[in-house]
Amino acid sequence: MNSKYMFSLVAVIILFLLAYIGIETAGLYTLFGIWIPYAAVFIFAVGVVYRVVDWAQSPVPFRIPTTCGQQKSLPWIRHASIDNPAENNNVVLRMFLEVVFFRSLFRNMRFDFNKGNKFSYEWEKWLWVGAIAFHWTLFVVVVRHLRFFTEPVPLCIQWLETLDSFLRVEFMTDFLQIGLPGVFMSGLVLLAALIYLLLRRMFIPQVNYISFSADFFPLFLIMGIALSGLFMRYLAKVDIVAIKAFTMGLVTFHPVIPEGVGSVFYVHLFFVSILLAYFPFSKLMHAGGVFLSPTRNMANNSRAERHVNPWNYPVKVHTYEEYEDEFREKMIEAGLPVEKELTNGG
Amino acid sequence: MADDLLKPDEQLGAIDHKIPKKGWMDTPVNIRKGMYCYASNPKSVEYLSLPNARKWNPLEEDWKLPENWKEIIYEGLRERLDRFRSLKVFMDICVRCGACADKCHFFIGTGDPKNMPVLRAELLRSVYRNDFTLAGKILGSVAGAREMTLDVLKEWWYYFYQCTECRRCSVFCPYGIDTAEITIIGRELLNLIGLNIDWIATPVANCYRTGNHLGIQPHAFKDMLDFFVEDVEDITGVNVEPTYNKKGADILFITPSGDVFADPGTYTCMGYMMLFKYLKERYGFDVTWSTYASEGGNFGFFTSHETMKRLNSKMYAEAKRLGVKWILGGECGHMWRVINQYMDTMNGPADFMEEPVSPITGTKFENAKSTKMVHIAEFIADLIKHDKLELDPRRNDNLKVTFHDSCNPARGMGMLDEPRYVIQNVCNHFYEMPANTIRENTFCCGSGAGLNAGENMELRMAGGLPRANAVKHVHEKHGVNTLACVCAVDRAALPPLMEYWVPGVEVIGMTEMVGNALIMPGEKERDTDLRGEPLPGTEEE
Repeated sequence: MNSKYMFSLVAVIILFLLAYIGIETAGLYTLFGIWIPYAAVFIFAVGVVYRVVDWAQSPVPFRIPTTCGQQKSLPWIRHASIDNPAENNNVVLRMFLEVVFFRSLFRNMRFDFNKGNKFSYEWEKWLWVGAIAFHWTLFVVVVRHLRFFTEPVPLCIQWLETLDSFLRVEFMTDFLQIGLPGVFMSGLVLLAALIYLLLRRMFIPQVNYISFSADFFPLFLIMGIALSGLFMRYLAKVDIVAIKAFTMGLVTFHPVIPEGVGSVFYVHLFFVSILLAYFPFSKLMHAGGVFLSPTRNMANNSRAERHVNPWNYPVKVHTYEEYEDEFREKMIEAGLPVEKELTNGG
Repeated sequence: MADDLLKPDEQLGAIDHKIPKKGWMDTPVNIRKGMYCYASNPKSVEYLSLPNARKWNPLEEDWKLPENWKEIIYEGLRERLDRFRSLKVFMDICVRCGACADKCHFFIGTGDPKNMPVLRAELLRSVYRNDFTLAGKILGSVAGAREMTLDVLKEWWYYFYQCTECRRCSVFCPYGIDTAEITIIGRELLNLIGLNIDWIATPVANCYRTGNHLGIQPHAFKDMLDFFVEDVEDITGVNVEPTYNKKGADILFITPSGDVFADPGTYTCMGYMMLFKYLKERYGFDVTWSTYASEGGNFGFFTSHETMKRLNSKMYAEAKRLGVKWILGGECGHMWRVINQYMDTMNGPADFMEEPVSPITGTKFENAKSTKMVHIAEFIADLIKHDKLELDPRRNDNLKVTFHDSCNPARGMGMLDEPRYVIQNVCNHFYEMPANTIRENTFCCGSGAGLNAGENMELRMAGGLPRANAVKHVHEKHGVNTLACVCAVDRAALPPLMEYWVPGVEVIGMTEMVGNALIMPGEKERDTDLRGEPLPGTEEE
């Protein structure tokens, strides 16, 4: 047992109980259904803006891109325009590939010691696969949920749903007919990716060693969100119409607590609220920070175009005059040119 | 080489990548002989008017810190968070995915988990969280925060001087978090309370006073180059005497003083002198060397941004005083990161010079039109492309060459193909090391960022191991006997590394190879290379 992940697991279980008991026994519908979600969205919005503005207020004094390819120099030498961008449009492309396809992570390779004879550095794609699967499906799930906050539901969301549910689980015989029309792949892949990311953090010794409880917490929390969501959709089959009426009430600021929606819905909503409120204070801010990373979002052109440091200040230097004053005699003796000749007796 | 090093096999067997059971925050630092550099000489610190000059010893309990050291560090960190977006963002966004963990040559070579880039950064981040973030203040160690203590400070010192700022981890980080940036600022903080190492502080003081790290005074600088003039004349029959501090010269040449001082850099220096003589005879090329700006390298970079600026200022100051059109820079790693990413911003604009144009080929160096400083590899590659050099690559036929990309030109500039083009035009036997160990994936020599001292030889051999292992691969596969590079620290650091891990491989500078191959006007028939070794084909006679 590892106290780091136990701590986070217990925290998520406590959160679950808070919401479950709060609804089941205390009947705190308004608190969990209205006040906490509103507060969470507020904290999220203000927090994220605050953090990004706070970062942006610190200047970028120097141009420090990490160059991962050939610089732009002589015209006949092939320039790696994405990995070592010299112009802003290439920087945009580099950032796009970084943010959308995790280009740097794609490069990942695993070092093997091989008893010290021949080290090897093998392409290691699993972290990239896990990360891509997690982030993309999370994105799809979030976009799909917009159907609860829009009326009419925009076409693009309907298309996404169709695309997401292309796989049908059906088992049809004369005696037995099992069909789950519209299984959303994103939800299942999201859960699988979360499990992979969690297992690697638990069982790869290096990754476990560098992890804090704070690294397990969001994994368990999002897992809780995914599980409660899957439970409602495929097992409990909650009253979607009632939920949509409720969520539309939330976004139009006329919230009304729905009838007959089970406690699990409130657990789901509470987990999402916690995630939103936790976001700006945590490492989850990497979502915003990646755009501001100076090693990726700058062109490597500081020899061609001057970059200005807003706080550049004069420093004490050792001038040529001071230098010559100290060494003039020796310089003249060695036949080196000087600015001032020796003065008599000097 | 230090006598108390283990034999290579024993050393290799001693490396253990097993992760300890106890958490890293609960494991206090163990400052171990062979892994750290001596504390700085107070005289050097004083000469630079840097804080807290005193004699101290890292192995002693009392580091003789100012009473309010915690406050100085806190204020220093606060100030730097306001000045560097890089620092602020990098403090906040790491998710500890672990992609960087096994990318660091020091982690690979030592197995010490605190050499995983993520943990090196966490040493600083943990204190940042405690002092500057809400989550850290409320949640403490759960959120990865811890208080600043003397033990933490010692850990900072030990591990920020076990990073060569090579940026390999930054290539693989999905957010581009650059441990070099964190180490640079970490060392800057340590310098605020006088925690530096002598291998950096004394070269910096020397450079400030005499213009170069080695403290070579102007007359001695000329003497040293005079020796090379004699040597080259013995070998080729041509007098390559340069000019010094010449006002009105077209071009100022600046190279690391290591090339003037120690083998095998000295042969690279001869190569420069021969090239310039050749170009002068053939095309009237007018270049001068400065004794005031006689250092390309900049160990100030390993001290603080301010110290870097103080040393770097000499380049433009001298170019202005001499009235040259532009500056040509020699082979050096961190020198070129400073020139590429800092110089113009810190000490520019260099509007007193002209946009660099090769007087021989007419090529405009567009990529250097603001700094007005061109790399010798770019310059020579252009000459060869335009067929302006008479070369006999057969003179390098005894060399089976591979090329080591220095970290800084690779990941802080992207100069990868220029030196390869030059080298492949001056020799006939060239073999690349495996792709995962060259270009942007290159491994550090293990001695960069001011760590090429003698007392930390165990650290250097460990840090250089991944590089050496890749050289060993081509040594065994292709019989490679020569490791070429474009860096003066490499030329100092790689020979002992090769002697230790891959005996039989010599280290050579790019321009030394050019010097060997270059057919000088009026030269006598050469029977040795620049090192005095018989030329291939003449051994029998």
